[in-house]
Amino acid sequence: MFNFLEKNLPKIVLAPTTIVMIVCMYGFIVWTGLLSLTKSRMMPQWEFVGLDQYVRLFNNPRWHVAVDNLFIFLILFILIALVLGLLLAIFLDQKIRNEGVIRTIYLYPMAISFIVTGTAWKWILNPGLGIEKLVNDLGFVGFEFRWLVESDMAIYTIVIAAVWQSSGFVMALFLAGLRGVDDNLTKAAKIDGASTIRLYWHIILPLMRPVFFSAIVILTHIAIKSFDLVQALTGGGPGYSSDLPANFMYTYSFNRAQIGVGAASAMIMLFGVLAVLIPYLYSELREKKT
Amino acid sequence: MNRHILTNINIGRVMIYLILLFFALIYLAPLYVMFTTSLKGIEEIRSGNLMALPVDPTFYAWAKAWSSACTGSECKGLAPYFWNSVRIVFPAVIISTIIGAFNGYSLAKWKFKGSELLFGALLFGCFIPFQVILLPMAKLLGSLGLANTVTGLVMVHVIYGVAFTTLFFRNYYVGIPTELVRAAKLDGAGFFAIFRHIFLPLSTPIFVVTIIWQFTQIWNDFLFGVVYSGSGTQPITVALNNLVNTSVGGKEYNVDMAAAIIAALPTLVVYVIAGKYFVRGLTAGAVKG
Amino acid sequence: MKNRMKISTLAATALLATTTSVSAGEVEVLHWWTSGGEAASVNYLKDKLSDAGVSWTDFAVAGGGGENAMTVLKSRAISGNPPTAAQIKGPSIQEWGDLGFLANIDGVAKANDWDSLLPKVVSDVMKHNGKYVAAPVNVHRVNWMWSNPEVFRAAGATIPTTWDDFMVQAKKLQGAGFIALAHGGQAWQDATLFEAVVLGIGGADYYNSAFVSPVDLDVLNSDTTVEVFETFGKLRQFVDANSPGRDWNVATSMVIEGKAGMQIMGDWAKGEFKVAGKNVGTDFICTAAPGTSGAHTFNIDSFAFFKQSDAASSEAQNIMAAEILGTDFQTVFNLNKGSIPARLGVSRAEFDSCAHDSMDAFVAASASGSLVPSFAHGMAVSSAVSGAIYDSVTNFFNSDQSAQEGVDQLVASVSSAL
Repeated sequence: MFNFLEKNLPKIVLAPTTIVMIVCMYGFIVWTGLLSLTKSRMMPQWEFVGLDQYVRLFNNPRWHVAVDNLFIFLILFILIALVLGLLLAIFLDQKIRNEGVIRTIYLYPMAISFIVTGTAWKWILNPGLGIEKLVNDLGFVGFEFRWLVESDMAIYTIVIAAVWQSSGFVMALFLAGLRGVDDNLTKAAKIDGASTIRLYWHIILPLMRPVFFSAIVILTHIAIKSFDLVQALTGGGPGYSSDLPANFMYTYSFNRAQIGVGAASAMIMLFGVLAVLIPYLYSELREKKT
Repeated sequence: MNRHILTNINIGRVMIYLILLFFALIYLAPLYVMFTTSLKGIEEIRSGNLMALPVDPTFYAWAKAWSSACTGSECKGLAPYFWNSVRIVFPAVIISTIIGAFNGYSLAKWKFKGSELLFGALLFGCFIPFQVILLPMAKLLGSLGLANTVTGLVMVHVIYGVAFTTLFFRNYYVGIPTELVRAAKLDGAGFFAIFRHIFLPLSTPIFVVTIIWQFTQIWNDFLFGVVYSGSGTQPITVALNNLVNTSVGGKEYNVDMAAAIIAALPTLVVYVIAGKYFVRGLTAGAVKG
Repeated sequence: MKNRMKISTLAATALLATTTSVSAGEVEVLHWWTSGGEAASVNYLKDKLSDAGVSWTDFAVAGGGGENAMTVLKSRAISGNPPTAAQIKGPSIQEWGDLGFLANIDGVAKANDWDSLLPKVVSDVMKHNGKYVAAPVNVHRVNWMWSNPEVFRAAGATIPTTWDDFMVQAKKLQGAGFIALAHGGQAWQDATLFEAVVLGIGGADYYNSAFVSPVDLDVLNSDTTVEVFETFGKLRQFVDANSPGRDWNVATSMVIEGKAGMQIMGDWAKGEFKVAGKNVGTDFICTAAPGTSGAHTFNIDSFAFFKQSDAASSEAQNIMAAEILGTDFQTVFNLNKGSIPARLGVSRAEFDSCAHDSMDAFVAASASGSLVPSFAHGMAVSSAVSGAIYDSVTNFFNSDQSAQEGVDQLVASVSSAL
């Protein structure tokens, strides 16, 4: 008996998490999936109507704007946060004085929620109050920075604010990664006469692969949940030009009494994300085994 | 410690400093705006420049935000809610971290058939948008009799935090040589003994990383806090949201900003004090992916 | 009238008297009135209830005109733990009633003769299947236009009373270097502006058939709607480029400070002028939005009551409902909020001239059939349809869609939301 327990302890330890995961993650996904097939409006009702809600969803111009925005946002946000985080980490890894202070400055945005910084960002990006006014007041009269109030540019202000919030964290991840690189390796490369850029590009960056993995997983996680960001910064506007699927889903599920449409949008979003992520996670996790 | 020096040319180093400084200023800008605004009078905010320093700094807004701003029918500031948050955050962080440690340890060093799959499934699970789970979770909490209780809210935070804490610990523990486990097993040590004597002593950095992460996530949470808290147990983010969302008359931006900084203060302090250990902890764990 | 009032007050006091003897339980109230004057008004109600032996548990959730509060309410309802009362309004009351969540408070309504105290348009909203389930706190008039007379004088313009004239006067304001129309580019504000155009161009009959449930899609898809969109589209040029995302009160302060000439916004905007120390008539002028002078677009705030499992809570509900309709609360609350009392028989003396206008317009419009529910404020159609209107309207106003394209999108969205 004791032996059995001892042998199965890892499974027993993991059992509660597994059960909770099955119920509260996958169970709820299935629940949402079923809900998306019903005619539910204000509250869940289990009267099935097939794919009606999906048809409504795809006939909705706002949904298409939200999906397009998600692609723009996801790609730019992850790319810029990775590049900026990596560059800052590399620069910060050059025996910088006061590294601790600078690092904390880069890292602090991660500590603050967007309910808090939203207003400040709104002011800074507002042409009449923030950067544009500041630069104009400095004498550069022709300067314009009005993305926040332009329908086709507003989504990029969301990217800016999101990068501001998360790139410091990515920097910390890369800095940690760089600190873990064996010094002898770089020394040897130097002796071989490799240039700095070659050194980083060919030797150090490939070693950072696991860091890229962690960073991408975390950034994707943040990007998909970037709900407060839109809410606080643009409210989805001008019009609904900076709407993201998470906001679309929230609005339809809770404020518009169209839970069915909301559930359908959630399912599409989930499938979309998994379709992109599964191959990536699979290849990364698999490779590590060998 | 010899780090990878880009170049010895001084101009290069100056450039690096300038770039780092430039970004530091950009990163600080929102906090600067918030802080200076919180010290200004309302008239100065209306007429003045956003970036200007306060002419006549006052802590009026801070005092009001802490103890007398309206967050509902009551006007007692953020203070009561601050302690509500503390009561939610501490148990949630501690429980989710401990569970994550054991999960990560099991997944990293006690692999069994399906354990990788379990890990993968848990990782995918993190990607559910939280808006989706609001209603089914409410139903579940209701049937457990935990609707709108602190316990229920803590439970929700633990459930959706465990995926990440498990991820952190697993990745960290994978890097600890399996030979150590094998040797200990030969000595007759069991699952918990090995954890206690070998893994726990090595775990400080990853505990720091996980606790900081969880603390930040849960302290800043609004969605779960607003939906699952009860009257009188609402966390500070909900109070902040109530405070800054005025639908009528005289918006006090200075009070809003002071309140915002107060709400963020604990996480800021954690990052400033423990930031060093954060990077150290990541150094120990992250590279192993 | 007077007599009837006396009787009802008596009945209310009688009702209170029977229940004050013991602590009459508690009410948990979900609302989103968290700021300044509103919080003070809620607090007043709370004190009134505590005098009657009912303790008040506050559950405030602000944000987005109640959007967050509705999310919370749904979660609580589904968890089987709804609050005693919640701030719900318009057709949403019917939606909650249809789902069987709401409590019947006909008893207290009968005892206090609500049927004669409340104008029919108001009481209709408060009833589900003929039974009272909610209590109204106020009536807002949405179709107001706020102007700064100084700006008009400087530009040599006059305050417009029709939309045609609006274009002429707005041009004058613009020519003199002012922003003609102060506006915040948020969906609900776009809809508020649009609503004024709909009423001003189309008139009350058109408004009622196209934008009030049940929506007549043929009327919605008519030439009048094209005309409405044409006028609405012309307003784009009179709004400054920085308007997207701007809060309504910031827009109001542009009028206060003399940067802009006019704002079209409900009567709650008055509070901003008052806070800034401005006087009606001299510093600011309230007139009906162009073309809507005889009409009244109403927006009623109300508390709906949820079914309770124990008698004490139901009793507490009744006391709360009676207090809400009491003249004291109606006066205090509406003075704070800029609106007018929802019930008859409240003294006009303490209200200002804008409120008097609103009261008169309410009565006159009610008689002439031009008293219409505000669709921009969730009074006229289900939340799904009003959401669809929001989307099309805000998208039209923030793009260069033609009027016809605007109509097409509106009709498509509305029909898919029905």
